[in-house]
Amino acid sequence: MSTDLAPEVAKPRRFKFNWVDSFLWFVRVAALIAITIGVVGSFQNFAAGEGPSATAWRDLIISSITTGSMYGLIALGYSMVYGVLGFINFAHGEVFMSGTMVGLISATMPFNNGFWDSSPFISIVVVLLVAMITSTLVAIVIERVAYRPLRGAPRLIPLITSIGVSFFVQYAFAGLFGVATRNYPPSPPGLAADLSIFGITLPISGTRALVIAVAVVSMIGLWYFVTKTKTGSAMRAVAEDKEIAGLMGIDVDKTIVTTFAVGGAMAGVAGLMWALLFRGVDFLTGFLPGIKAFTAAVLGGIGNLPGAMLGGVLLGLFEGVGPLLVLGGLGIPGVSQLKDAVAFAALVLVLIFRPTGLLGERLGSEDRV
Amino acid sequence: MSIDRYVRKWGPVAGLVMSFMAAIGMIRSFDGRMMINPVLSLGYIALLLPPAVFGYLAARGEVNVLEEQERDVPGGAVKGAMVGLIAGLVTVVFMLVTAPFDLSGFFPNINDAMVDVMTFHQGLGLGSLILIAVSTAVGAMGGALHGASEVVRAGVLRSLGWVMLFALFELVVTDIIDVRAIVRFIYAAGGGLQLWSALIIAALAWWLGGRYAGRRAEFSDMAKASEAGSRLRYSLIGIGILLLIILPMLVGGIVNELLINVALFILMGLGLNIVVGQAGLLDLGYVAFFAVGAYGTAVLTSPLSPTFAPALNWWLALPIVMIFAAIAGVLVGTPVIRMRGDYLAIVTLGFGEIVRLLLLSDWLTPYFGGAQGITRIPGITVGPLTISGTSPELFIYLTMIFVAIAAYISYRAQNSRVGRAWAAMREDEDVAEAIGISTVKAKLVAFVTGAIIASFAGALFSAKVGTVFTNSFDVLVSIIILVVVIVGGMGSIRGVALGALMLIGILGGPKSQGLLTEFAEFKLLIYGAILVFMMLKRPEGLLPSVRRSRELHGAEAEQDAWLDRRGDFVDEDAEEAIT
Repeated sequence: MSTDLAPEVAKPRRFKFNWVDSFLWFVRVAALIAITIGVVGSFQNFAAGEGPSATAWRDLIISSITTGSMYGLIALGYSMVYGVLGFINFAHGEVFMSGTMVGLISATMPFNNGFWDSSPFISIVVVLLVAMITSTLVAIVIERVAYRPLRGAPRLIPLITSIGVSFFVQYAFAGLFGVATRNYPPSPPGLAADLSIFGITLPISGTRALVIAVAVVSMIGLWYFVTKTKTGSAMRAVAEDKEIAGLMGIDVDKTIVTTFAVGGAMAGVAGLMWALLFRGVDFLTGFLPGIKAFTAAVLGGIGNLPGAMLGGVLLGLFEGVGPLLVLGGLGIPGVSQLKDAVAFAALVLVLIFRPTGLLGERLGSEDRV
Repeated sequence: MSIDRYVRKWGPVAGLVMSFMAAIGMIRSFDGRMMINPVLSLGYIALLLPPAVFGYLAARGEVNVLEEQERDVPGGAVKGAMVGLIAGLVTVVFMLVTAPFDLSGFFPNINDAMVDVMTFHQGLGLGSLILIAVSTAVGAMGGALHGASEVVRAGVLRSLGWVMLFALFELVVTDIIDVRAIVRFIYAAGGGLQLWSALIIAALAWWLGGRYAGRRAEFSDMAKASEAGSRLRYSLIGIGILLLIILPMLVGGIVNELLINVALFILMGLGLNIVVGQAGLLDLGYVAFFAVGAYGTAVLTSPLSPTFAPALNWWLALPIVMIFAAIAGVLVGTPVIRMRGDYLAIVTLGFGEIVRLLLLSDWLTPYFGGAQGITRIPGITVGPLTISGTSPELFIYLTMIFVAIAAYISYRAQNSRVGRAWAAMREDEDVAEAIGISTVKAKLVAFVTGAIIASFAGALFSAKVGTVFTNSFDVLVSIIILVVVIVGGMGSIRGVALGALMLIGILGGPKSQGLLTEFAEFKLLIYGAILVFMMLKRPEGLLPSVRRSRELHGAEAEQDAWLDRRGDFVDEDAEEAIT
């Protein structure tokens, strides 16, 4: 059974040569050449013993994968909402931020009375629950207040609304929590150390291993939910055709709320991951990860759930390893500053090379990108 | 007795809004601004607005396009009072729940000072009762207003509106009047209107407005019709232009500074209006073109430009910058030509951020100065004068000229061949292509025109400020220009001007303050709220273009919506047969 939420409509391809196409081909070829030169340059540097060591590369890849799996979880929310309602919920990054911010309260209190260190597992589960509940509630409220009245409006209107919602939520949190960055308590000692299984120490910290494990478990749970449960089938039916789904006895509004709630819960899980990986949160925390997660969703094929996860991990690798591997190889200084630029460039290139994403299907004319 | 459905709905909402505004520190911060000295501060206006507005809404009940509204004063007042009562109770409960704990570690704005303002400085016990009583009374007034006759309603709203305008525009009014005795009569020493002057303004607004309400309709009918009308219209436009020319001479430096900001945003708004409003391409990276204009001018004119410093005259640099902007427009426009709607929005946003990040990076620092930016950009030479930001009363005229050019371009473009192609493309791209419009060309022309207008704004901006830094060009600017266009009315030139005046002038731009400095902290919150509100209630903007509003509110659409709301069964087949 397919896990696609987006409708699939076949469309014959038009063959027409013009100068826009030739410009795009030029961009494609130039990008490929630049990437090749960069990668070859990096390998030469590596062979010559310059640049980062093998261990540094390995750590970079591991940390990129963990960040990427966080993007993937946020991307699930984008992908599901896009699949069901057909618009980009720009405010989804803020849903993620709200979970992280409120989760902070539930982490600071046990840290202050020592509970955080004495029973780390329970504390983290509490933070996870608080973050998930907050994000879910925020997502549901946003849907109810801002998006439901716009059902059936021209496509750009919900998108512009979601930009407004995004700003409103950001600055509401700035007003509530203040603008200063606050820090989560450090990972409990058991997690901060490198993971060891059966006496073999692996080169990955417990926190990172936990993040990847949580991402994989959430992904499997979500996949099960969407493909095997009744609610999941209803969601896919609504994604396919709202009116027909309604005629088949599906409560469309309820299903859409469920979609937002599940997306919110996943963003809440991602919020906990952010807390464990980066610790610092402020009201702008959601903005960049939100856009990157959207990029991840597009990369994997929007509306496609495994695609979102794959896209997240790939984007994590692009922005983590890409600057050093490609730009470093081209001899550009200060590559770490260009991390975000690489992520955005990846978005542009993906949409030029393969607008339907890696696992996406060709979309119908109305949904053509 | 069962409580009215709308009272149950809006009462708690009003209470939550009040509590929310208190929790983010808005009430306390606004309390610093006196509106009517010493009775009323902006904080209390903000605090009491929810019960009034939601009381009105509860009294209105269900909206029905085709049926006359029921209006009765006592009934409305009772409903409004109940909304106010519930709102007051919710707010008091919120204060009582938070007061015993010290939450300032997490929520810096929920503290004793907040409670003090909210309870009218009377302590939690007595103050809570006062809050509930006042909220109930204001709610009742809001509800009663709905029941009142048309004349009374219009009169009350007009009076309140004019009093608020005079209080908000204190700085402008004092600059214009500039006679100490009169100013002292109108405004109190600590800021804010005097009580009596507020009453006089209210009475005048009521009386004069009532007298001329009928005449105005007559006037606008006349302006629409016949030859005499066109003469009238031209003379009105003439008077408007004359006022615009005189205004900067009357007001002081601060207000002129503000007007320049407003004019720059009108300029960018006009450019984005072509891309978003006319061609329907949602560009979230518009600031990139502004950056091209500003950095282009900086590199070409500043003697301190890091690598390449020809130190040209501003007027010589301008055409070169325009060419750069046009190239940038093509470079951004071509890859996104095949993309639609939301993808286009995100990709352009990505382009905007890429430009900023590249300008900031070590890689391009040798050319653009990185975080240090480029400084010592000279002013603009006009004859013997050098005009820069230090003489805002002259700079404003220069900006106005460019606004006029941009307005002329948009006006001419609207009804030209390409303008009609944009409109067709906006409504349906496939159909537009099918009837032989080259959408590729139309899109590129839109991007390039928009880019060139933004580069004007960039060139003026860098000459005015004298320095360019990357933080003037973040994504926030793009979004705020978009809000200006949307609030004013997509596709409408007057709308953009109104939007910029209201938003940038009063609330303030991304990096600049508006007339209400108290808003600075909350302006982006308000921007977000306005954007959502406009999209939900008036997507065509305040002063929409005729064509655009027809698109969004066809007569049939209204009828359908009405039928939907009634929940009646609509036989779609039968309807199709009719149409």
